[in-house]
Amino acid sequence: MITPRYHREIPQRYRLEAGKCKQCGHISFPPRLVCPKCKSKTFETVKLSREGKILTFTIIRVAPEKFSKETPYVVAIIELNNGVRLTAQVADCNVDKVAIGDKVKLVFRKIQDEGKSGLHCYGYKAVLV
Amino acid sequence: MKDVAVVGVGMTKFGELWKKSLRDIFVEASLKAIENSGVDHIDSMYVGTMSSGLFVGQEHIGAVMADYLGVAPVPATRVESACASGGVAFRQAYFEVTSGQSEIVLAGGVEKMTDGADVTDALATAADQEYEVYNGITFPGLYAMIARAHMHQYKTTREQLAHVAVKNHKNGSMNPNAQFRSPVTLEQVMKATMVADPLRLLDCSPVSDGGAAVIVCSVDYAKKLKKPYIKVIASVQTSDTIALHNRESLTALKCVSAAAGKAYKQSGLKPSDINFAEVHDCFTIAEIVVTEDLGFFEKGKGGQAAENGSTSIGGKIPINTSGGLKSKGHPVGATGVAQIIECYEQLIGNAGERQVKNAKYGLAQNMGGSGASCVIHILEAV
Repeated sequence: MITPRYHREIPQRYRLEAGKCKQCGHISFPPRLVCPKCKSKTFETVKLSREGKILTFTIIRVAPEKFSKETPYVVAIIELNNGVRLTAQVADCNVDKVAIGDKVKLVFRKIQDEGKSGLHCYGYKAVLV
Repeated sequence: MKDVAVVGVGMTKFGELWKKSLRDIFVEASLKAIENSGVDHIDSMYVGTMSSGLFVGQEHIGAVMADYLGVAPVPATRVESACASGGVAFRQAYFEVTSGQSEIVLAGGVEKMTDGADVTDALATAADQEYEVYNGITFPGLYAMIARAHMHQYKTTREQLAHVAVKNHKNGSMNPNAQFRSPVTLEQVMKATMVADPLRLLDCSPVSDGGAAVIVCSVDYAKKLKKPYIKVIASVQTSDTIALHNRESLTALKCVSAAAGKAYKQSGLKPSDINFAEVHDCFTIAEIVVTEDLGFFEKGKGGQAAENGSTSIGGKIPINTSGGLKSKGHPVGATGVAQIIECYEQLIGNAGERQVKNAKYGLAQNMGGSGASCVIHILEAV
């Protein structure tokens, strides 16, 4: 991963900025140029709710190299209170106690290191509430 | 529009082919297909490969393969649609023949996965890099999340997932080209190393090298060759959201049901007319969901079908008689073409111990990513 590429995603990863369609109200995260629901092309920037619930999850036991020191870790599909869904790790939990329907909150965390220099890359993870 | 036939097939054994390079593998499969068909030339070729760039650092695969197959200057095109690359390559050959642009087209697929690349990383490029993979998900992890949702919604059991692996290994044990020719027991699957809960090692298709190729031509031309051939009676491709989390349902694959609906319409058939199917069982849960979304079983009953033998050879609708991706192996780009080859062998009555009796219609379903691409072909015996 290269730095400009990381930099472009900062509004989404740090601040959960999404695009709300001005025509139908559908929220796209990350923002898009075309609304997947009504095909409109005009949006306003909104911030996602940080609260939601787990729709499904897995416990990663075999990870790619950059995450291999963190296994086992939970990754879940989370539905936020405004209906937007995303994929995030569930941190600070007993991996065997996570369940579908658990309420979670998104927090700001380090996600991975970039390249050989080990630049820290941040984003969102969920914690149980 | 011309009626299209598959008139010759060839594949390498799937597995860890340490002594063979990417190009060796593709050329071996292609030469077998050309010889098997009896054609004296090809007019064009398509090569399905998912990630030759990441696996072996080689792109421009169309030209590489045409050169080493000795068919330059024919047009040679690489086709990429993640794990559906092979099926989509076959579809391009179908178009070229049905449109009358070419008489004889080779459709092949190949992958060389054991040359040292980080395979988990390479395969993950078929998912959303920025919003799924960035956060640590893997491919087994994506299908594990589908499995958990399916178990939660439909009470699908861990044992039912395991039955898919047991059945496919049994089928693969009868396929000389399969990577794993050893049957596995339910207990072995249930106790295998956990990869991404609830999926264990024996729920996952393996890392494989392999190539597969078929010769596509018009039915009229196939008749002149006086070799066994089958007819392509439906060819459909669909797409869906790249990220699993953006799907309306986490327990259904809309790309599959949408493609299936069109394929049945195109062929004038219904699910109950299909005699056997090769489906994309990259993970055991995928076979369960796909057999539901193809309309073979009611939604939520795919697990029971695997458990009660409905999908075994001799059952209601034999699934993955070749051993599937699970046991035959999954050299990603080759998989979709190898599915067509199994349909060919079954429909000409050449499947040996795995033969489905009186097989008239076969269906091949090949899928990319966590279901962002799907390609379905229905094939008919003549």
